[in-house]
Amino acid sequence: MISLRNLTKQFDTLTAVNNLTLDVNAGEVFGLIGPDGAGKTTTLRVISTAMNPTRGRVSVGGVDTQRDPEAIKRMIGYMPQRFALYPDLTVIENLNFFADVFGAPRAQRTELIARLLDFARLTEFQTRLARNLSGGMQKKLALAAALMHRPRLLLLDEPTTGVDPISRREFWDLLTEIHLEGVTIVIATPYLDEAERCARVGLMFRGELIACDAPNVLRDARRIGAVVLEARSAQAIAARQAIEARPGVLAASAHGDVLRVLADRAERATEWPSVWQARGIAASTPREVRARLEDAFVLMLSKFDRI
Amino acid sequence: MNSRLVSIIRKEFIHIIRDPRTLAIMFVIPIIQLILLGYAATTDIRRLNTAVYDADHTSSSRQLTEAYRASDYFAIRYYVQSEEELARLLDGGQARAAIIIPAGYADNLAKGAPAQVAVIIDGSDPAVASTAFAAAQSVGQAHSIQIIQQRLGIDVTKIGGIEVRPRVWYNPELRSSNYMIPAVMGMILQFLTQLFTALAIVREREQGTIEQLVVTPIKAWELVVGKVVPYIGIAFFDLLEVLFLGVLLFDVPIRGSILLLLTLSLLFLLTTLGLGLFVSSVARTQQEAMFLSFLVMLPAIFLAGFFFPLEAMPAWLQAISYFVPLRYMLIILRGIILKGIGFGSLTEPVIALAILGPLIFTAASLRFRKSLE
Repeated sequence: MISLRNLTKQFDTLTAVNNLTLDVNAGEVFGLIGPDGAGKTTTLRVISTAMNPTRGRVSVGGVDTQRDPEAIKRMIGYMPQRFALYPDLTVIENLNFFADVFGAPRAQRTELIARLLDFARLTEFQTRLARNLSGGMQKKLALAAALMHRPRLLLLDEPTTGVDPISRREFWDLLTEIHLEGVTIVIATPYLDEAERCARVGLMFRGELIACDAPNVLRDARRIGAVVLEARSAQAIAARQAIEARPGVLAASAHGDVLRVLADRAERATEWPSVWQARGIAASTPREVRARLEDAFVLMLSKFDRI
Repeated sequence: MNSRLVSIIRKEFIHIIRDPRTLAIMFVIPIIQLILLGYAATTDIRRLNTAVYDADHTSSSRQLTEAYRASDYFAIRYYVQSEEELARLLDGGQARAAIIIPAGYADNLAKGAPAQVAVIIDGSDPAVASTAFAAAQSVGQAHSIQIIQQRLGIDVTKIGGIEVRPRVWYNPELRSSNYMIPAVMGMILQFLTQLFTALAIVREREQGTIEQLVVTPIKAWELVVGKVVPYIGIAFFDLLEVLFLGVLLFDVPIRGSILLLLTLSLLFLLTTLGLGLFVSSVARTQQEAMFLSFLVMLPAIFLAGFFFPLEAMPAWLQAISYFVPLRYMLIILRGIILKGIGFGSLTEPVIALAILGPLIFTAASLRFRKSLE
């Protein structure tokens, strides 16, 4: 569906995307993840034809974005990170505007908009000004507007950032519906639990794609060459500081009373209780747990950072 | 008709209607400007505060003072007894002019010797001073002729000589409101179209909505034209509003064709909309757009001959003024409204606008297209 070949985008001195090569298959949900400034937004903007690449080639559905941007625009729905509909227009006025702009046929329009409103659960809010919608409703409205012309590819830039967990789940239910209709979805997200729901995930860092595969492959412990160990401690932060510099420890983080450590071998953990004891820190015995996507990425990013 | 264009225009109208404060500004600003400039920016000098130092104290000297008062240019507010007092009044600004009649004025007149009178004018405001200067001279001369006639017992107009009869065309009462109000129309046209076009476009960028628009099939020109059309409508409404109020409040005569005026305004609007588009391609926020618009507007007003005649400016400023579209629009407005001239007498400004309009608009459109990236 999408093919990026050696895509590079530069802004003055900043290289936002560097030599990115990537394919997204038709019908898949593809997740783009990475820290802020990794180049996710720029990548989506280039695919959407909102920006031209500095170098490299981008094609969507076999059409080169630079050769025929108008054809691409009809194929894709793009939802920018910021709410990009008109705050002083009502829900229905916004939808009508985009229906006009995409030249939706008059005859089917009323029905199409009614279906989108129903789909986004916004029917009863259709006369409300967009600025008076909650964050979650705004996202759903933006999604409905992006779907107006029945795109084959949906590009979503952090669509659930700043949205409450219930609205997030609701939003993903909508995405699942769209996906089941055969629409290809590329979603940039900072949430790794969302990334787990994608068929494949690309991890971007400093403008480069440093990993790209199915989530269960990416988090495979053997593949990342590390084990994940967890210990409980009321002084999780102190516990972390105590063992951070011990041999074999690759990364450690404290989450509430849980200490999560990435180590090269499980046996490394045997010496930690004595380290903690020496410092008067009470902690449970570390035990190996299943690796999460997050652990894989922390590890990959820390390796990448050292290079 | 192009449905995308129509939908953009419709959307733009909704933006305008949903923002009552801006809407009010668009209709109230012309009224305020008209009233302010119609009444305040007047260079008509009447009833200047005047002090008189009459050291002669005779009926002749009183007659002279009366002649000045009767001219309506001078309002005698102070009678003083010394030159020092006179100087104090002028220094303090209470008096803008002073008449000094020295002792012996009546005696000299009676002897047939030249009788001297001094008129002092506060020159800090040159416009006031030059009017007062001319008035002081002509009042004195007229009075002098009257005295000579009385002494000779003849009517001087019967003994030949030159009689100059100046006749003022187009604005016989020399009312500056007649001159200013057509110019106010030009200014309002530029102000509204340039500023609000710029604001409307920059708002899309500031809100981030432009990011959504660029991935739709909307073309750059459709966006520009769609944004601009509602403001052209409002500008025309304002034009007629000012014209109507000008007639109602200031008796501005409309001697020419309003239709011609509106048609030529359209040509002018191409330049102002172009400038607005240009501002929008430079400014990132609405504040910046506002600031930049004023930066463009202010010099334009002066260089267009809005307040001061272009002929009085140094050559290099005059040269720059040829690139100011408002300059030509003011010629057109004043020509049609005050002189009632038709298309045939306006070829020069029309050609100038016909060149500047497409030039500015095309250049701005190209810049705007680039700025979408």
